[in-house]
Amino acid sequence: MLKFTKDHEWIRLEADGSATVGITQFAQEQLGDVVYVELPAVGKEVTKGGDAAVVESVKAASEVYAPASGKVAAVNDKLAGEPALVNASPMAAGWFFKLALKDKGELDGLMDEAAYGKFCEGLH
Amino acid sequence: MRYLPLTETDRRAMLQAIGVPSIDSLYRDVPAAVRLKAPVELPHHLGELEVEREFQAYAAANLGTSSVPAFLGAGAYRHHIPASVDHLIQRGEFLTSYTPYQPEVSQGTLQYLFEFQTQVALITGMEVANASMYDGASACAEAVAMANRLTGRTKAILSGGLHPHYREICATRARWAGWEAVAAEPDALAREDLAGAIDDKTSCVVVGSPSFFGHLRDYSALANACHAKGALLVVAVTEVVSLGLVKPPGEMGADIVVAEGQSLGIPLSFGGPYLGLFAAREKFVRQMPGRLCGETVDLEGKRGWVLTLSTREQHIRRERATSNICTNSSLCALAFTIHLTLLGEAGFARLAALNHARAVELAERLGAIKGIEVLNQSFFNEFTLKLGKPAAEVVEALAARRILGGVPVSRFYPKAPALADLMLVAASEMNTEAEIAALAAALEEVL
Amino acid sequence: MDRSQDRKGPPAAAGSGTTPPTLSGNRGLMIEEPLIFEQGQEGRTGVDLPPVRPHAERLGAMKRAGRIGLPGLSEPQVVRHFTRLSQKNYGIDSGLYPLGSCTMKHNPRLNEKVARMPGLADLHPLQPVSTVQGALALIDRLAHWLKTLTGMPAVAMSPGAGAHGELCGMLAIRAALEARGDGARRRVLVPESAHGTNPATAAECGFAIDPIPANARGRVDLAAFKAKLGSDVAALMVTNPNTCGLFEPDMLELADALHAGGAYFYCDGANFNAIVGRVRPGDLGIDCMHINLHKTFSTPHGGGGPGSGPVVLSAALAPFAPLPAILHGPEGFRLAEASETAGAGNAPFGRLKGFHGQMGMFIRALAYMMSHGADGLAQVAADAVLNANYLLARLGDVLTPAFAGPCMHEALFDDRFLKESGVTTLDFAKAMIDEGFHPMTMYFPLVVHGALLMEPTETESKEGLDQFIAVVRGLALRAKEPGAAAAFQGAPYFTPRRRLDETAAARHPVLRWRPPTAASEAAE
Repeated sequence: MLKFTKDHEWIRLEADGSATVGITQFAQEQLGDVVYVELPAVGKEVTKGGDAAVVESVKAASEVYAPASGKVAAVNDKLAGEPALVNASPMAAGWFFKLALKDKGELDGLMDEAAYGKFCEGLH
Repeated sequence: MRYLPLTETDRRAMLQAIGVPSIDSLYRDVPAAVRLKAPVELPHHLGELEVEREFQAYAAANLGTSSVPAFLGAGAYRHHIPASVDHLIQRGEFLTSYTPYQPEVSQGTLQYLFEFQTQVALITGMEVANASMYDGASACAEAVAMANRLTGRTKAILSGGLHPHYREICATRARWAGWEAVAAEPDALAREDLAGAIDDKTSCVVVGSPSFFGHLRDYSALANACHAKGALLVVAVTEVVSLGLVKPPGEMGADIVVAEGQSLGIPLSFGGPYLGLFAAREKFVRQMPGRLCGETVDLEGKRGWVLTLSTREQHIRRERATSNICTNSSLCALAFTIHLTLLGEAGFARLAALNHARAVELAERLGAIKGIEVLNQSFFNEFTLKLGKPAAEVVEALAARRILGGVPVSRFYPKAPALADLMLVAASEMNTEAEIAALAAALEEVL
Repeated sequence: MDRSQDRKGPPAAAGSGTTPPTLSGNRGLMIEEPLIFEQGQEGRTGVDLPPVRPHAERLGAMKRAGRIGLPGLSEPQVVRHFTRLSQKNYGIDSGLYPLGSCTMKHNPRLNEKVARMPGLADLHPLQPVSTVQGALALIDRLAHWLKTLTGMPAVAMSPGAGAHGELCGMLAIRAALEARGDGARRRVLVPESAHGTNPATAAECGFAIDPIPANARGRVDLAAFKAKLGSDVAALMVTNPNTCGLFEPDMLELADALHAGGAYFYCDGANFNAIVGRVRPGDLGIDCMHINLHKTFSTPHGGGGPGSGPVVLSAALAPFAPLPAILHGPEGFRLAEASETAGAGNAPFGRLKGFHGQMGMFIRALAYMMSHGADGLAQVAADAVLNANYLLARLGDVLTPAFAGPCMHEALFDDRFLKESGVTTLDFAKAMIDEGFHPMTMYFPLVVHGALLMEPTETESKEGLDQFIAVVRGLALRAKEPGAAAAFQGAPYFTPRRRLDETAAARHPVLRWRPPTAASEAAE
């Protein structure tokens, strides 16, 4: 299951029950060249809609909000040395962190891929 | 008016181009009631000669340190400034430029800031340094704020050997930001041991090197004690020339170093503008306050410099910025960098050694006077005297004899009777043997 | 994520011209200059210091061991190095520097001369007060000028720059609220158009920031402001004239509403140059305002400081001004450096800076003020506003003004005139560099898309402005020509460096020089 937020994060429910979070293709295009990603500490509790990470280009810093509540189970350490992964592969190699979800039901309120696509079109 | 190029003819033509009848009509958004009808009550404009005379009169009402024997320190030091320093910083391209927002026409400023950052890192023994801050004292409060961000804690322990102004600024920031600043008792004898005071709420311990009272202490054990509890060691250096001779904070395990850079290239100027140095471990760089200059290449592949990591700063981060600071102290950083470049490795070490030698000579001479005790076992170019009477009175009596003999500790700690007899005395390459003799003779009279 | 902040790194080399490469890499007066660390040689020095006489060291066990790594250069090398660096810079002395909100006016050299006088430059901050009566009188005189020009009863002199002054003013507000038992007020209203230091400062003082929108005329939206008022509001921070270069016409109403609700009015005085000598901010009902001496009063910008940011205070805030304070006593001036000596009824909120403030800047600012006098300062504001409106009028048909005029001392344009051209505000600015002008402020204020903020100041002649106008008009017309974008995107071409790769700098920060390792040397 892959869902999207209005703040341009994506969250994917994995086979093991955890969820992976990143920012969308649309978001990385808007940001331009990503130079740094500030990731949460593993073990940190995040709440849906709350600050979880920061993604920076040369002239902008944007908060990344948690699409759902839970505990940070893992972070993508590769981004420290290769922030460009967010630009090159936002939906795969450029993932931000994994969450142990508190309540899978929280994902129900998010957009699916088609709805998110329409949402982005409306922003142009 | 010599600074205003527009003539009445120009103004008329310009108003016509704009399509308004008068200057006043350009102010139409200002409520009529608050537009001044007549000039404010201040004098009429003056020519250069008249202005110079006014300032000569102010200057004549002071006793400048260059006209009398002077042994003042306590955070600001009199040193010789090579002639080329003041010449170079007055080049218009340095003096009248601003923050290097457009790097293609600011490579001069950016390159010297890169050189400055490197020099500061080298002399403090740290990995990286920023492009400077207002002064050493305010930089110290920024260091505490940075330590709080890094540790997620909000309790700072301030050594009794830290300069009182540095302590007060940290305490002010702490009071209003809701942090805790624990100030240890003034430590005139260097007996303080803060290791036991560090707990798991402590974000940092802040010490002075040399201490306010002039002592040299090895803080390596304190650094270890800090790190064992997850806290950081912040070292403040008020006399940067000491780093030419004394073990640098980086070699003692300091995590953040702040320093007052005034001693190199910057006149005393009654307390400002000065130069805050700020250095840290490289892994902490994204929590550093202030501007940073970094190396890169241009689109032809040539090496050049830009301001970098700007997303820490207020113009992008707004209320989430690492600090509200906007400018640095760039022109003072330039003076510092030119002076230190002229000195070089050998000159810097020699200057430091000259200062120490003069201070040793002074300590030996004054320590021999009946009624005076030198409190320091170790020092760089400044030490504490215990006099038989209130130091504030002694200082005034010396001034009446046209000698600026020292700084009474009571000026900083007016409510501590135990410190009333203490006077800080500093010597530098500026002090001659005759001056030392004059101070000794005057003290013998006064005491 | 705001697209206006999306400034990409340098584009691929475009139209780099046909000038032949030189052997040295130098191009006439543009000379390549290595770092000092790449020029040093052991045995060279730029100073001749006397020998150190034998003495018994008293360093304890604290003597430095090993080399620092500083390079050795002779004086001629040092002079040439920094002279060459200076030649890679643009300054006000070089030409028009219309950087909006920075007030890049002429820096008189008389200011520099008097600041270096013996008896002023050589004063130690901790001399007995009896030996510095002239210095204290000088600061007191400057304070008098600042109070008179602003119509405010008190001034705190110690802040080291504008942002430091903001900190001072906002802490005075915190302290005043605390003193009257109203410390729970923690919300500060800040217009979206505000400079970033405003919210950053308020946050640093423990306040929460509540943004208020601008109206269609670029001013504070009065209705939106009134809707935000409440018993938890501590203050409003407003820049006036504001960051769009416009006077806030509702200042008196803002002040009345704030005061009626028990809150304070912070005014950011960054743009005081537009009204100095013509309007006293105190008459607008403000409680405090910082003054950037390096803007309005011509102390040099120096490549980014040092600045100086005294803060004028209302009677309500004056008792909370920080240490130190200069007081008049029976035997002359006195310096209060501790709360106990600050005078009856005063409760300083603390200390912000070592010693007594930026004396060197005080001297320069006062020399500037005396040179102008009350008459000249009123003319400063008039000419600054006239010059900006002249730019607005002469450029308004080819650029796109963000708001209707008249403006105050700066003219604000947005990037609608570049629409469909493929040229961005950044490209346009870089093309101005090739024409010999420092660009205006770009992408600020954030409330205007692709902002171009031009502040000519009063020290530009009409002829100089006409040249500038001709160039900007020409560039604006050229940008609209088909196929022009590539040339703009490659600019600047005639500078010591072309566009620099800021992305690479931020991804892998290199913040200092390090000696080349043996391996990397071998590779070269």
